[in-house]
Amino acid sequence: MTYCLGQPELDGIEQILKADLIDVGVHCVFLIDMAGNIIASLDNGENQHDIYSLAALAAGNFGAVSTMAKIIGEEEFSLLFHKGQKESIHFSKVLSDFLLITIFGQEISLGFLRLKVAEAIEKIKDNLGPSLGV
Amino acid sequence: MAFVNLKNREVQVKIVYCGPGRGGKTTNLEYIYKKFHSRFKTEMVTIKTQGDRTIFFDFLPLGLGKIKGYDIKIQLYTVPGQVKYNATRKLVLRGVDGIVFVADSMAVRRKHNILSLKNLQENLATYNKSIFKIPLVFQYNKRDLASQGIPLLPISTLQKDLNSKLKAPALEASALEGKNVAETLKRIILLTVASLERELK
Repeated sequence: MTYCLGQPELDGIEQILKADLIDVGVHCVFLIDMAGNIIASLDNGENQHDIYSLAALAAGNFGAVSTMAKIIGEEEFSLLFHKGQKESIHFSKVLSDFLLITIFGQEISLGFLRLKVAEAIEKIKDNLGPSLGV
Repeated sequence: MAFVNLKNREVQVKIVYCGPGRGGKTTNLEYIYKKFHSRFKTEMVTIKTQGDRTIFFDFLPLGLGKIKGYDIKIQLYTVPGQVKYNATRKLVLRGVDGIVFVADSMAVRRKHNILSLKNLQENLATYNKSIFKIPLVFQYNKRDLASQGIPLLPISTLQKDLNSKLKAPALEASALEGKNVAETLKRIILLTVASLERELK
């Protein structure tokens, strides 16, 4: 399946990511599909990472963890989060085929981040849903 | 699952190198990375075991330049070839747009090639994809070993075992020496991009 997203949808998604995540202090955020393709990515201009590699690894990591969940009889693990000394990374599923990855520092608490991610995801769903026929 | 970004005029395509363990999939990517080093902005990513075997995947993003005004970004992956790593192999195949099947030409590896191709067909079927429809190129690797007196399968045998029904393009190669590695990549990119064009029309 090949899918296309046009300028209005992508602009909408970027606005949501900026307002809800970058503007509250998230270092870097990107929306990818489960194949590892990058749909949108934003950063705060200070923390730039190799997002193509990160996207491939994030999709693989999320897939691996989901498979582990199924093996032990769980539908999925709802919280996927890796804590580092300076930066941490948080994964959240969007619809069935997309992932929102956020990289953030110690100035944001995990609870606040989860709240903002959940809000952003609801808005992204409204944006992506019609284009993907969901 | 290729993604077309109409805003940045960019197409992202996923090509996966499959085939039996120790067949040369990672060596293909390593050669491409070494040979075309200046075209890569990032390092090649590999997830290996301590014994240097691919446990999850290798990943190499390649910018192709523009085709019809669109920036083509090719994401090259390999899967782990060993039978026991099927769960991770299946994950890497998610959203695949084109496949290179790297077959091992050594006579002792004949059965491994056949089983690996069958496994690929089964894994693709779990994503509702048919091996008969997906862009596919065969690479018969390790042809250089003939000069060292190692018994190799004749091309006709490899074709009969693997490609008699699929009738995909097939190339003789030596990933270690780089023979036909770039040509294989070129063939699969052409097939995959043409298939995407048809799909998008």
